Amino acid sequence: MTHEQAKTFISERFGSAQVEPASAEATAGGGMALTVTVPANDWRPFASFAKNELGCRFFSFSSAVDWKEQGLEVVAKVDNLDTGLSLVMKTKLGPGVSECQSLVPVYRGANWMERECYDMFGIRFNGHPDLRRILLGDDWVGHPLLKSYAVDTPYPPYR
Amino acid sequence: MEIKPPVPIIPAPIWRNIKDLQEWEQLHQKRPEGDKHSSAFEAITEGIHSFPGGFVVTTPADAFLNWARKSSVWPVTFGLACCAIEMMATFASRFDVERLGMVPWASPRHSDLMVVSGTVTIKMAPMLLRIYDQMPDPKWAVSMGSCANSGGPFRHGYHVVKGVDRVIPVDVYVPGCPPPPESLLNGLLLLQDQIAQFRRTGKRAAPNPKVD
Amino acid sequence: MTLDTPQATTHVELDYSGGERLTMNMGPQHPSAHGVFRAILTLEGETVVGVDAVIGYLHRCHEKLSETLTYAQYPSIASKTDYVAAMTSEFAYVMAAETIGKIEVPKRAQYLRVIAAELQRIASHLLWLGTWCMDMGGALGGGATIFLYAIRERESILDLFESLVGARLLYGFYQVGGTRYDIPPGWADACRKTIDMIDSRIGEYEGLLENNPFFQARAQGVGYISRELAEDVGIAGPLLRGSGVNFDLRRSAPYSSYEDFTFTVPVETAGDCFARYRVRMVEFRESIKIIRQALDKLPDGAISSRPGLKSVAQIRIPKGEAYSRVEGPRGEVGCYLIADGSAKPYRMKWRGASFSNLAVLPHIIPGHKVADVVAIMGSVDPVFGEVDR
Repeated sequence: MTHEQAKTFISERFGSAQVEPASAEATAGGGMALTVTVPANDWRPFASFAKNELGCRFFSFSSAVDWKEQGLEVVAKVDNLDTGLSLVMKTKLGPGVSECQSLVPVYRGANWMERECYDMFGIRFNGHPDLRRILLGDDWVGHPLLKSYAVDTPYPPYR
Repeated sequence: MEIKPPVPIIPAPIWRNIKDLQEWEQLHQKRPEGDKHSSAFEAITEGIHSFPGGFVVTTPADAFLNWARKSSVWPVTFGLACCAIEMMATFASRFDVERLGMVPWASPRHSDLMVVSGTVTIKMAPMLLRIYDQMPDPKWAVSMGSCANSGGPFRHGYHVVKGVDRVIPVDVYVPGCPPPPESLLNGLLLLQDQIAQFRRTGKRAAPNPKVD
Repeated sequence: MTLDTPQATTHVELDYSGGERLTMNMGPQHPSAHGVFRAILTLEGETVVGVDAVIGYLHRCHEKLSETLTYAQYPSIASKTDYVAAMTSEFAYVMAAETIGKIEVPKRAQYLRVIAAELQRIASHLLWLGTWCMDMGGALGGGATIFLYAIRERESILDLFESLVGARLLYGFYQVGGTRYDIPPGWADACRKTIDMIDSRIGEYEGLLENNPFFQARAQGVGYISRELAEDVGIAGPLLRGSGVNFDLRRSAPYSSYEDFTFTVPVETAGDCFARYRVRMVEFRESIKIIRQALDKLPDGAISSRPGLKSVAQIRIPKGEAYSRVEGPRGEVGCYLIADGSAKPYRMKWRGASFSNLAVLPHIIPGHKVADVVAIMGSVDPVFGEVDR
C-alpha cells in the first residue's frame, strides 16, 4: 500500500481526520510517513484501524506534548515493518483536558508508554489496566514535563 | 615434539673466581635502600631489634592493622550509571584492581568500600542509604564521577540528588565524566593512604593526611 | 546403583495451589551488573509466576533538561542515555535537529559517523557478551573468563575513540551539521589493525561458548519471544531479529549513507536467548565489514557544514518537528524533536530502545526459573540510562 493509497483509505474511513504526508525528510531515510491528526474520540478506533487494516503492527512509541494554552496533545507512532509505512497519530486533548482513551487493548506496548505519559503529564488513560507512576516514586507530587513545572523544583529533604 | 617446561630455569650463579663475588656484592651494596624489602614492610616497621637467634620487628598495632585493612578493601558492586562501566573497566583486565587486593563483592555485608558510581536519584537514595547501612564498620565511600560528587550535568534536574554526600559520608571524591580508570585507580590509592591513617577509635584522618 | 535404605512410609503432598507463593525482591542493587533495576518476583517454589518491573531509579530528567539546553550543548548530555553505546544517542538527536532545519551533512562527515557508530556497536556487543557470560557463570567462577577477554578487546576500541575524540566512554563527537573532530593521521591504519584482531578473536569466543553444554542448556529454549509479541510490544534490534522479523533500520530506512555499504542482516527464527546471541555474533562481523568499506571509500571534504562553534546559541532550528531513528546496538533509538525557532527545543522525547525492550519482560518471564531471569535479562541487554532517561 503506497502512502497515497493509505491517505485515501484513511480519509474515507475517518472523515474528520487531517492527514498530512510528512515530507520525505521528516523521517530520516525517507521512509513513507504519514501524520494523522484525529479527534480525541477516534483515538482507539483509529489505532485498531491502523493495526488491522493498514497492517501497522509494530508499536514504536507514544508520548505527549504540552502546548501551553492549547492544552495537551498525545502522539503515537506505529509502523508497518513489511511495507515501511510509518504512521504518526496525534490527537489534541483541548485546553484543560487531561483524559484520553488508552491504546493498551490494541497494542500491548502502549502499557509502559502510557504509564510514562501519566507520570510526566498527568494524562489519565481510560481503559489502562494498571495506571500508576513508572519513573518517579509513587508518592511524587506534580507532573514534571508540564510547562508549569520548573526543572529544578526542590524536593525536601534532598533540596 | 619438545615440550618446554612451564617455568624458566635460571641457572644458579657459579663463582668462577673471587672477583665475580666481589662484583656481585658491590652491585648489591649500590642498590637503593627501598629495593631490599617491600615498602609495605618499611611503612609499618617501627624498629628492628636483634635478638639472639634472629630479629624481632616491632610495629604499632594501628600501623599493622591499617596495613591489613588497606590491602584488602573489598568494594561492593554498586554501579548506578555510566561511571559503572568505567568502574567495571577498572576491575577488569587492563586496569586490574585485584592486584591491590580489591575483590568486587556483591554482598554489602562482606564489603568495606562503596564506590558510588553514577547519578544518585531521589528514588534511589533510600536504597543507597540502606546498602550503606548494611555494610559493617569500618567502611569507606568513594564518590566517583561528577554526578556523585555534586549532581553533575544533571544538577538542575528535579529528580537528582546534588551529590551523594547529602546521603552518606564520603572519603574520596574522584572527578570526571566519567573518570577514566586511571583516575579511579588514583582515587583508590589515595583512599589506601587515608586508611593507613585510620585510628582504632574510629576517628578518620585529618583533611590532609601525610602522603608518602 | 541401588540403595538399601528403608523407604519412607508416609508421604506429604505439598499444596502449591497459590497459598505458598513468595514475593521476592530482585532489588536495584544486584550482582548481575545491568544497572538499577528492581524486579519484584512472585515465586512458586523456584518458578516465577509474576514479575513487576520497577524502573525509574536512574531518571535523570533528560527530557526536561533538554528544553533548557541548546542544540550545541545537548549532544554531550545525549550520550548519557545509552552510555554503553553513546554514539547512537547523539546520532539520533543530531539527525532530528538536522532534519527539521534542513541542514546538509557533508559526505565525509556521514562516513565518519558510520564508522563511529559501527565501532560503537562492536564495543557495545563486546560489553554485552562479557556481562552476559559473567551473569550466567558467576563473577568469581567461570563467567569472568569471557568478561576479561571481551573487555580486553573493548579496551582496544576505546583506545581508538580516545585518539579520535579524547574520551573513552562519553563523547561529544556528533554536532549539528557534521562531526566535531576529524580522524588524526595514522588512525585509519590503527583502526584496521584493531578490527582485524577482533575479527580473529570472535571465532575463539564462539568456539568457547557454543561447544559448552552449560551455555547451551542455559541459553537454548529460554526466554522465547514470539514474533507477534515482539511487534506488538515494540521491541527492536537483535531481539526483533532473533524472533524472525527481518527489520533493520540500516537496510529498511537507510540514513547517513548506509545505502553505500553492502552487509547482510542476520535473522534467526528461534526467538530464544541463543537466537539473540547468534544474531549479535553475526552483527560483529557485519559491522567489521562496514567499517572496512567505509575506511576504504572515505571521501575527502569538510567534516561539518556548521563548523567552528563560537557561542552556544549559534544553532537555531526553525519551527517544525521530526522523528529521527537510528539502529543502535539495542534497537531503534529515536528522537522526537519539536523545534520552535529558538536555540533550544520545545519538546524532545527519547524513544529509548531499552525502554521498549524491557517492557517485554512481564510477558516472557513467567514460567521460567529464577536463574533463567538472569539469563533473559542479559540477552535483552538493557541499559538503564535509556530506560529511565
